Amino acid sequence: MTYTNQRMAYGNTLVELGKEDKRIVVLDADLGGSTMGKLFEAAYPERHFEMGIAEANMTSVAAGLAQTGKIPFTNSFAVFAGGRAYDQIRQTIAIGKLNVKICGSSSGMSDFGDGATHQAIEDMAIMRAIPNMTVICPADANETVQAVKAMVELDGPCYLRLNRNDYENVTPEDKPFEIGIPSVLKEGSDIVVFATGIMVGKALEAAEELKDKVSVKVVNVSTIKPMNKEAVIKQAKDCKAVVTVEEHSIVGGLGSAVSEVLCKECKPIEFVGVEDTFGGSGHNYNDVLEYYKLTKEHIVESILKMVEPYK
Amino acid sequence: MKYSKELIDELNQKAKKLRKDVVISIGVGVAGHIGGSNSSADIVSALYFHKMKHDPKNPKMPDRDRFLLSKGHVAILQYAALAESGYFPVEDLKKTKEIGFYLQGHPDVLKTPGIEAGTGSLGQGLSIGLGMALGMKLDHIDRKVYVLVGDGESAEGQIWEAAMAASAFKADNLVAIVDNNGLQANGKVTDRFNSYPLIPKWESFGWNVIEIDGHNMEEILSAFDEADMVKGKPTVIIAHTVKGKGVSFAENVVGFHNGMLTEENYAQALKELS
Repeated sequence: MTYTNQRMAYGNTLVELGKEDKRIVVLDADLGGSTMGKLFEAAYPERHFEMGIAEANMTSVAAGLAQTGKIPFTNSFAVFAGGRAYDQIRQTIAIGKLNVKICGSSSGMSDFGDGATHQAIEDMAIMRAIPNMTVICPADANETVQAVKAMVELDGPCYLRLNRNDYENVTPEDKPFEIGIPSVLKEGSDIVVFATGIMVGKALEAAEELKDKVSVKVVNVSTIKPMNKEAVIKQAKDCKAVVTVEEHSIVGGLGSAVSEVLCKECKPIEFVGVEDTFGGSGHNYNDVLEYYKLTKEHIVESILKMVEPYK
Repeated sequence: MKYSKELIDELNQKAKKLRKDVVISIGVGVAGHIGGSNSSADIVSALYFHKMKHDPKNPKMPDRDRFLLSKGHVAILQYAALAESGYFPVEDLKKTKEIGFYLQGHPDVLKTPGIEAGTGSLGQGLSIGLGMALGMKLDHIDRKVYVLVGDGESAEGQIWEAAMAASAFKADNLVAIVDNNGLQANGKVTDRFNSYPLIPKWESFGWNVIEIDGHNMEEILSAFDEADMVKGKPTVIIAHTVKGKGVSFAENVVGFHNGMLTEENYAQALKELS
């Protein structure tokens, strides 16, 4: 089955995995119709828990379930899953390395209509700062299917960041997901673009547009934590400069994680992401992405800026 | 009398020993949570030395009863109960909070055998206990989860989220004990932030409520046995207690919530608990 929506890929993959693996349980906070937890609820009602609009309790209940050998997935919008329940995640789940999977749905600007209160632009920064946490931001629906499978295999806490909207896949179907392994989607030698989530596709489009001018390498970094330092250095080494691209604040996300590695290698870096500001409402997703400079055009601009001194 | 005099005496003696262990693990000149530990000691004695099925040689035995401190700051009391049960040497209690040691200031599930979950950010333990209760029901394990909650802690909204959820899920394998000692870190509960009355709140949240004297061993045992009989709803035991119980100078004294003992205090406390 091919999906073009990460939520659909997520919900259906949980159903598929839950058929054999009875340890999997799913918790929702009255958003199962959006997180696609409802698919699991329909398939295995006894292993789905409707926790009501009470994310803190949901998250600690998941911790308790994990302590009885279950593999709980907690679902909510990313602002709540990672934000409202931050303390519950930190205190019990992360300190105890409990096997809880936290799914931050409708992340970034992807809940375009609801505005700043529902647009998680700092969730990766928050989750990345917590010891013992793994943070995954798949590029597309194909990668989401595989990432969910890898999360079940991983013994320990994990945050999964998903987009709300439909868009085309840029990674192949059925390619096994290895946590911590970035993949080169396009080779190039002038500028390396490290991208994550929906911005991976836009980075590929930017590279394509510039193909006669600049040799651009595009790397899909879908594991934000643990950041694979060796891979980042390897991919950046032979390029002149670096651009990071994410649908997230430029404070604390992919750009920061890559910088933490490359500052020691003296590579100039430019960030494409949400400037240090909250989001806002729009009538459609693309308008919001454009308003916050999360477009192919801004990636092109950044690449050209970074390659300029070397021309 | 429902319970033999021997049993009551034994559990009272063990409670006294727990209080003594608490004092020893705090030591002299270092702050420690003597108040809330000693108010809960009789309840913890009843659970660890009589009521709960658990095995120090096999702490993760699937069909065990589980005990969680939602008021995680009284970890020293649980360490004492675990040590006296044989999970680790009683001698080690003295080294609590030393750098790198396995007995931390708050319960750490990775470091200490017998700890079921990390707690300490108040208000979360009842939810964690509910998760365990739900997991045990899925696995058809007919044991209980006991969660000790503070009365001051009951100001945390998540306690009431958990209370709602537990009755919604008919978690009759979950038992909360409220250590109703009447004091919180900065004063009397009624003066600082009045979260009372507790009983009508718990009743309206759908719980079976039992009110006891938390230092009367027979009432404690009877309450736990009554909770076993209740089907379809969780039970909360409101245990009226004295903060710092058993150490005269600390009883009902706010300053001994997380107090420091002088050499003189220490000697007197040990004497009173001998």
